[in-house]
Amino acid sequence: MCGIVGLFLKDKSLEPELGSLLSSMLVTMTDRGPDSAGIAIYGGANGNKAKITIQSASPAKDFDDLEHDLRRALDAPVSVEVKSTHAVITLAKDKLDEGRAALATLRPDVRVMSSGDAIEIYKETGLPKDVISRFGVSSMSGTHGIGHTRMATESAVTTLGAHPFSTGSDQCLVHNGSLSNHNNLRRELVREGMTFETQNDTEVAAAYLTAEMAKGKDLGEALTGALSDLDGFFTFVVGTKSGFGVVRDPIACKPAVMAETDRYVAFGSEYRALVNLPGIEDARIWEPEPATVYFWDHEKAA
Amino acid sequence: MPVFDLSVTSLREFNSMLHSLAAGANDTAFEVVNPRGHHAVAVGIDAPVTVDIKGSVGYYCAGMNDGGNVTVHGSAGPGVAENMMSGTVVIEGDASQYAGATGQGGLLVIKGNAASRCGISMKGIDIVVHGNIGHMSAFMGQSGHLVVLGDAGDALGDSLYEAKLFVRGSVKSLGSDCIEKEMRQEHLEKLAELLDKAGVSGVRPEEFKRYGSARKLYNFNIDNADAY
Repeated sequence: MCGIVGLFLKDKSLEPELGSLLSSMLVTMTDRGPDSAGIAIYGGANGNKAKITIQSASPAKDFDDLEHDLRRALDAPVSVEVKSTHAVITLAKDKLDEGRAALATLRPDVRVMSSGDAIEIYKETGLPKDVISRFGVSSMSGTHGIGHTRMATESAVTTLGAHPFSTGSDQCLVHNGSLSNHNNLRRELVREGMTFETQNDTEVAAAYLTAEMAKGKDLGEALTGALSDLDGFFTFVVGTKSGFGVVRDPIACKPAVMAETDRYVAFGSEYRALVNLPGIEDARIWEPEPATVYFWDHEKAA
Repeated sequence: MPVFDLSVTSLREFNSMLHSLAAGANDTAFEVVNPRGHHAVAVGIDAPVTVDIKGSVGYYCAGMNDGGNVTVHGSAGPGVAENMMSGTVVIEGDASQYAGATGQGGLLVIKGNAASRCGISMKGIDIVVHGNIGHMSAFMGQSGHLVVLGDAGDALGDSLYEAKLFVRGSVKSLGSDCIEKEMRQEHLEKLAELLDKAGVSGVRPEEFKRYGSARKLYNFNIDNADAY
């Protein structure tokens, strides 16, 4: 199984509620997968700053004095906000690469969950309600977000095996299903220069999309390519800095329901996940078609 | 009429009540409010009761129905009326995948669209869909009737046995061993009866095409003996 939720806001007045809406949706999906949970939330992009979300197995040691150490290494303003096992580093956008390099030297055991202008990813083993309260997701605001609760099949139940997976700047992907050609595809992507943290099939799908977009495709085009290059069962929900996409494999046995109103586009593995959204009674509700790419983008919106 | 509010009453309590109704009970009509996508609403009915569900339901609504009349005033999740034995299930909205799967009898009416695998392995159920159906519908259907007023998706009737399929619109593709067949008088009569039972008006049986099994997959052909 696995449960997926996603929310892409059109109405800016809903942005302060993104975290709480998404949290409630994800908790409803708990019985689809109690192994681990994660959330990607997009917000706060201002054009000049970049964010790196990091995770540590020993946060007390790794996060202690990290802000100070990074400021000294970069000779630039850096802020570090610690949230349980994760921390969000905010720094000037033109210092992002330098910052990531410094981080790798200063704190080699720390794992980067995501980096970009807008994205933050929080994920851990455990139930959605515990993961959400641990990171204070309910109080977060943002423009769009994706949540996942996992029932592991293809790799171990670990923090890094949890979804969302992020393999490129401001990109993330969550998956319900299983891929059967991920080993071959991983080998090809490694040859193209992609790096992998896990043996997980979903990470390969995320890296595939990142690699395709690096070649110049937009998210919609990359998802169309995934339909022919990925073998297996999948319902994917993906996020980019300003976009939100959904695609199901041609067999489409992994469930999906979507709802759209003037205020938002929402995704749920089941309709249950959507029932608390404002105005759901009057929303257009449909099941995404098999092998069809659905894609919304704040920047491309009229 | 007793009303069960699923935001207050537990689903188990409601379903248990349905299962424990004694023969000749006075209350045989029930209303369910706030189903909110709950799974397994009104499964296992084995008495001639009427259940009106005011809203959308999740997985397996009205599964194994034997004699009940269930109406969903909303949409239904996967596996609605799965393995129905007898009775009637009406979905006012859309139905997700494998609606009416393995159904052995009764009538399932879907007023919106049905997703993939509608009527998969049907064994005697009659299904009438006012809208379209998705891919792999009636896969390995053994008996019963699937009537579609709209279009059918890919691989309709793949590996079909003796279920009879009637489609008014287009068929994206036929599955293995499924072919278009001649519409004879007996089929027109059956179709007229099913349309009437499903409350369809203004649609003539002559507007449909009939599809069925070419009977090449499930009948042993002695010429193929070497292949075994």
